[in-house]
Amino acid sequence: MRVRVEQTSLPGIGVRHDFVTESGQRLGVVSHRDGRRALIVYDADDPDARLAAIPLRDEEAEALADLLGASLMLGQLAGLRDQAAGLLTEQIALPAGTPFVGRPLGDTKARTRTSASIVAILRGAGVIPSPGPDFGFETGDVVVAVGTRKGLDALTRILADGDPDG
Amino acid sequence: MHESTTVLLIEVGALMFLLGLLGRLSRRFGISPIPLYLLAGLAFGHGGLLPLSASEQFFSVGAEIGVILLLVLLGLEYSADELVGNLRAAAPVGLLDAALNALPGAAFALLLGWGWVAAVVLAGVTWVTSSGVVAKVLADLGRLGNRETPVVLSVLVMEDLAMALYLPLLTALLAGTGLIGGGVALGVAVLAVSVVLVVAIRFGGWISKAISARDPEALLLGVFGLTLLVAGVAAQLKVSAAVGAFLVGIAVSGPVAHHATQLLSPLRDIFAAVFFVFFGLTTNPADIPPVLLPAIGLAVVTITTKVLTGYVAARRAGIAVRGRWRAGFALTPRGEFSIVIAGLAVATPGIPAKLGALATAYVLITVVVGPVIARLPDFEWFKALLQPRPGRRLAAEGALTRHTPDATSQ
Repeated sequence: MRVRVEQTSLPGIGVRHDFVTESGQRLGVVSHRDGRRALIVYDADDPDARLAAIPLRDEEAEALADLLGASLMLGQLAGLRDQAAGLLTEQIALPAGTPFVGRPLGDTKARTRTSASIVAILRGAGVIPSPGPDFGFETGDVVVAVGTRKGLDALTRILADGDPDG
Repeated sequence: MHESTTVLLIEVGALMFLLGLLGRLSRRFGISPIPLYLLAGLAFGHGGLLPLSASEQFFSVGAEIGVILLLVLLGLEYSADELVGNLRAAAPVGLLDAALNALPGAAFALLLGWGWVAAVVLAGVTWVTSSGVVAKVLADLGRLGNRETPVVLSVLVMEDLAMALYLPLLTALLAGTGLIGGGVALGVAVLAVSVVLVVAIRFGGWISKAISARDPEALLLGVFGLTLLVAGVAAQLKVSAAVGAFLVGIAVSGPVAHHATQLLSPLRDIFAAVFFVFFGLTTNPADIPPVLLPAIGLAVVTITTKVLTGYVAARRAGIAVRGRWRAGFALTPRGEFSIVIAGLAVATPGIPAKLGALATAYVLITVVVGPVIARLPDFEWFKALLQPRPGRRLAAEGALTRHTPDATSQ
């Protein structure tokens, strides 16, 4: 089941997203206009107050997201075992801060660099099958790719920072 | 170089250097520097310790620019969408805020027998919370993530927007154009504000594109020039230069607004300080002691009404008891806007000279006390006060503590 995330605008400051976990703990992220972010943990006794507000730099936020996402990834991988040996299909959400928003798919040079193919794009509720090299990325796109584990991992890195070795 | 110019340089330089030291001092104690700037102005103004002579003209023009910069940066903080989006949701709270906080000021002026124009002025002085001071207090206390914070911010947005209508009305009133003239001025203001909001929502991108964000120098001159130009034209139309500047800030959006904020902020800091000093300069310190008691009384009354405003607003938004008190106390500091309003009024014939002194004392009190009492709800003894009393606690025991109905407000 998807988590219901509430979005609240903070006029003059930025925007806040928050949700309540199944265990009843409220968590939130305040995104400032200038890109600063803070992780907010709410107080169980006083549901409106923050227990902790942890400011995060870009790299730190990314590292935390990776750490939290890693276990999910393992879960997904376990479910992929019954697919053709060595060949995997994966959905990769265009990460925040990707250099490719507004640029064509061809710029990723995905196939030549990773041997993984981008076979479709999920945008909103729709699917765009077989996107050509001129296809332009938008924020929120999810890339569906087929390839080896190594190739898909490289593609994920390219989408994140444009550099397969980085 | 002219001798008067050299004296001017010495006076302005010395005073600014002093302000720099004062600003550093205030930051050390975690208070707003505004009261110290006002005190510095009092010390060097007419009837002060050491009256300045050559630089009055400079401070007068600088103060004018200071107000314009304060307002344009306020406008840059918000996008038109935020303002309009807020309007519908927060309008009832905005009206409550106006009623609870403007009326005591007005009543106070009438009680002192200052006439109804002064009543409108003082209503504005007690009404508006400083969004700058409050935003800083919230950030300092780490409350930006708190769930009552959007309530506090929406009250501030409503006040800022209401100022866009209040200031032209006040300008017309002070110019003595009478009921019809005032009505026309207000009509023009409403029209101008609406047009700018519509233009900003529909074509904000174009305006921002016309001023490229790439070249800092061109951007600085472009935004600053446009602001002064529009402010001047607005003043010519009797719609108040401050409102014109605010609207320019609203119309500019996106990365241009972001970069312009960074570029203009240091300029604002300089000229806003000049403005506060100028306000102090034009106030005679001898006027303050007689109005000190009334100012304290007014501060106590309006701090109470402001806490009530925040409390009610937060309750409407479904915030629990502690959050309601936090919202209330966070809203109490008045600040630069109150001085802007009083500053418009003091030079007008028919407005008692004591009004400036009262406003100075009032802002001195609220701006110092406000951030201090904003911390109250974080203290353990305050939290203990909010605990339900033993008799009621037994009744509430069955329910989960977190969903206990609010015992103090019902």
